Amino acid sequence: MNTIGNVTGIIANLVIVETEGTTAQNEICFIKHGGTRLMAEVIKVVGNKSFIQVFESTRGLKTGSEVEFMGHMLEVTLGPGILSKNFDGLQNDLNKMEGVFLKRGEYTEPLDMDKKFEYKPLAKEGDKVQAGSWLGEVRENWIPHKIMVPFKFAGEYTVKSLKKEGKYTPDETIAVLTDGDGKEHKVTMIQKWPVKVPIKAYKHKPRPFKIMETGIRVMDTLNPMAEGGTGFIPGPFGSGKTVLQHNLSKNAEADLVVIAACGERANEVVEIFTEFPELEDPRSGRKLMERTTIIANTSNMPVAAREASVYTAMTIAEYYRAMGLKVLLLADSTSRWAQALREMSNRMEELPGPDGFPMDLSAIIANFYARAGFVYLSNGESGSITFIGTVSPAGGNLKEPVTESTKKVARCFYALSQQRADSKRYPAIDPIESYSKYLEYPEISEYLNENISENWTDSVLKAKDILLRGKEAYEQINILGDDGVPMDYHIRYWKSELIDFVILQQDAFDKVDASSSLERQDYMLHKTLKITDFDFSFDSFEDVGPYFKRLINALKQMNYSEFDSDKFKKNEKELETMLKEQEKEEAKEEA
Amino acid sequence: MEKDTKAFQRVYTKLFQLTKATVSLSAKGIGYDELAIVDGRLAQVVKIMGDIVTLQIFGGTEGIATNAEVIFAGKPPSLKVGEDLAGRFFNAYGEPMEGGDIMGDEREIGGPSVNPVRRMQPSEFIPTGIAGIDLNNALVTGQKIPFFADPDQPYNQVMAMVALRAKADKIILAGMGLTRDDYLYFKNVFDNAGALDRIVGFINTTEDPPVERLLVPDMALSAAEYFAVEKNEKVLVLLTDMTLYADALSIVSNRMDQIPSKDSMPGSLYSDLARLYEKAVQFPDGGSITIIAVTTLSGGDITHAVPDNTGYITEGQLFLRKDSDIGKVIVDPFRSLSRLKQLVIGKKTREDHPQVMNAAVRLYADAANAKTKQENGFDLTDYDERSLKFARDYSEKLLAIDVNIDTDQMLETAYGLFSKYFKPAEVGIRQEFVDKFWEKEK
Repeated sequence: MNTIGNVTGIIANLVIVETEGTTAQNEICFIKHGGTRLMAEVIKVVGNKSFIQVFESTRGLKTGSEVEFMGHMLEVTLGPGILSKNFDGLQNDLNKMEGVFLKRGEYTEPLDMDKKFEYKPLAKEGDKVQAGSWLGEVRENWIPHKIMVPFKFAGEYTVKSLKKEGKYTPDETIAVLTDGDGKEHKVTMIQKWPVKVPIKAYKHKPRPFKIMETGIRVMDTLNPMAEGGTGFIPGPFGSGKTVLQHNLSKNAEADLVVIAACGERANEVVEIFTEFPELEDPRSGRKLMERTTIIANTSNMPVAAREASVYTAMTIAEYYRAMGLKVLLLADSTSRWAQALREMSNRMEELPGPDGFPMDLSAIIANFYARAGFVYLSNGESGSITFIGTVSPAGGNLKEPVTESTKKVARCFYALSQQRADSKRYPAIDPIESYSKYLEYPEISEYLNENISENWTDSVLKAKDILLRGKEAYEQINILGDDGVPMDYHIRYWKSELIDFVILQQDAFDKVDASSSLERQDYMLHKTLKITDFDFSFDSFEDVGPYFKRLINALKQMNYSEFDSDKFKKNEKELETMLKEQEKEEAKEEA
Repeated sequence: MEKDTKAFQRVYTKLFQLTKATVSLSAKGIGYDELAIVDGRLAQVVKIMGDIVTLQIFGGTEGIATNAEVIFAGKPPSLKVGEDLAGRFFNAYGEPMEGGDIMGDEREIGGPSVNPVRRMQPSEFIPTGIAGIDLNNALVTGQKIPFFADPDQPYNQVMAMVALRAKADKIILAGMGLTRDDYLYFKNVFDNAGALDRIVGFINTTEDPPVERLLVPDMALSAAEYFAVEKNEKVLVLLTDMTLYADALSIVSNRMDQIPSKDSMPGSLYSDLARLYEKAVQFPDGGSITIIAVTTLSGGDITHAVPDNTGYITEGQLFLRKDSDIGKVIVDPFRSLSRLKQLVIGKKTREDHPQVMNAAVRLYADAANAKTKQENGFDLTDYDERSLKFARDYSEKLLAIDVNIDTDQMLETAYGLFSKYFKPAEVGIRQEFVDKFWEKEK
């Protein structure tokens, strides 16, 4: 019997309910309003009063309205058919909703219950299983979707019976398990899980030890993201956060991508809806949409559901990780989620922390980032969630609570710089401010040296050093004037420009340049470093820029050509000729 | 102290709390967001706590007594919509300013959002004739974009010009804290252009109470949704000035004892603004709502909470700047940005548009560097001299807001300037375009 209560207070989407029964923190409830039911979540209980945040507009709501408490937290439905769906923050299937406008109180089934999936058992009768054990497999697009023992099952079970290979709908019983007491439990292809609780159906979570290829040079080469790692992208508006995230979702080496469009522009989501079904995954050759799931809670959709949306996305990612898949989770933007927390904390008249955000903001962010990671499953397989969130710092100032709290927990920091964006140097990731802590992990650097090339990390650090020295030289040139500094400063500056133009900058809209393989990145980095190692000499500082511009142009043409193609080699040859000129000059001088 | 007037309408006459913007009274069966009339003034329910209802009075509480008459309307703020709206001006409550009634259906304002999967990708170019916009920052139907301008800049004039030249079926003006002079200016300009029948205005002037402003954008956008959804029309909504709208939000949140966040704005500013701007949409059946807004800045500061939050919501921004070299106001090519321009330039306009645009802005940037060099007393090269001359012409013939030519003419003008001062290699546009257009322009 569910607890029933009555509305006694309303302030925007914060509603106070009086009830005699039991209620729980984060419990889901429904308010009866006319013919509709409005979904809400308990966020505080004082005596017989429960404070609930409503996921919809409360317009017209009256005191006395009946509220039914459901006895569970906000849950998502997990099962085959999630991929390539467009959900809102509460996992309603947006495509199933009628009409152009969203209707209040309209909740739709997240999965298609009448769709039949080709099923194949993986376990055998008599097997000992536990939460997360693989019982069978279905094809979901091209991903082998595992049917698992529900995560809510505690302890050990024995498989009593399994359905034979065949076509079944998600809600059909495909296995019967018996627990320690001999009680039978039916298992279907679907299960539910509360979004705010991490799914821990894995054996252990090691430190990340390999990198996740993104095809973006400034990330892979200079600040690599680890598989199962965490990172964040702060940047003022107009610095290219969203283009970068879209590019990541297109090119990253992941089995599937979950995008939480959290409180951002609706037209950006429309861009994904329009383009992803057309674009091809560079690795599998299939349509990008087939590996992508979008949780769209755009800025004009209800604020409370915005907070739920990032958790919904994370839970879906955890579900697929438990199948041994490599998941990339992107959230744009975590600041909007933090603002949703602030709005509610404010209405509850809690004492505010910095900038009006709730005091526990740091802890909430830290717990969320901690759900990502590389895991070993109980059957020895591995899976991972790599999480990258964007942050929209107020006024572009990185000393604000959301950025600072995130910086403490995320291991990669990709600072987008307004200055680089203004001078159209994209992606506008600042090479000096940004970092990847993974580069310092011995296991990662070992992995890199083994899988890319010997002494790779040393080369990367060298490139970073050249960039820093180039920046210092540039500052001196600006203060003292072109002719006020030694020639060496100009050369140093232009060496850093060479790395900037060839390695850092990348054309996200060019077919070839948009994504660069590790092999190619290795080749280009060493090619560039060979040039910067060179001892150049010039007659006048005025000759330095034009010469380097020619080198850069040849190298950029290489970037624009298919790796190792004739065009690539032709440009490389031109580059070598230019370098020979310098060698000759040098030889002449020495003679 | 209750007496029944109609079957469902009760009149209350006992207020027990009065603040500058709100009154509280004991009442039952009241809906959240519902409207009420307090002593003849319009008010809205903002808080219900047990039997205690708090009302926000749009016109302010000056002179309201504790025994004032309160009548609840039983419905949230609404607007009557119909063809009848066209050509008329309304106050913040949606009442015709010249008196009379509107024929039409009543709609709640501030209605639900469009399902994101039902939106179409914006793809229709809106030419304005202003090269600073069309050439460098092309606007697209379904876009939302503000002018970021200091109060002394002619943003309302530019906006009126854009509105008249854009081929919109309806232009809806939402004036918030508009001076009476500017209101009359808009009215005259639209009248003189013979466009009055395409205009709908919702006006709160500086003479009206500031809190009334909060209704204006929702009124305007509800009217816009009517024309765009039911009539499949292309609607252009002008919101001026959103900074004054945000000021009204902060007044209310302050009176409600809410904890302010950055720049004493309410913590919900982002959501409040996004709710309005996101009404910009391209509908599947051809109708669209495009929003052009004004966000006034103080001393050009874009890190203030209002422009900052706006920048994260809108699809770009347009900066106006006075160019002292030519003595005219120009659309600043560096700081302005239209995020949706990629969807139309070179597709709906001539193929070389993106390249010409980028090349001209790059050369203009070279001129800016040359200017810094000049100011610091360094010698100028021949290239510097030429780029400075180019910049002056570019500013005068293309960036100035008084330019009114079509996009092909803009591109021709650009080639004219390129060939006057530079060699093709210095301009760096693709050879096929040089062959096709540069030589021809010569």
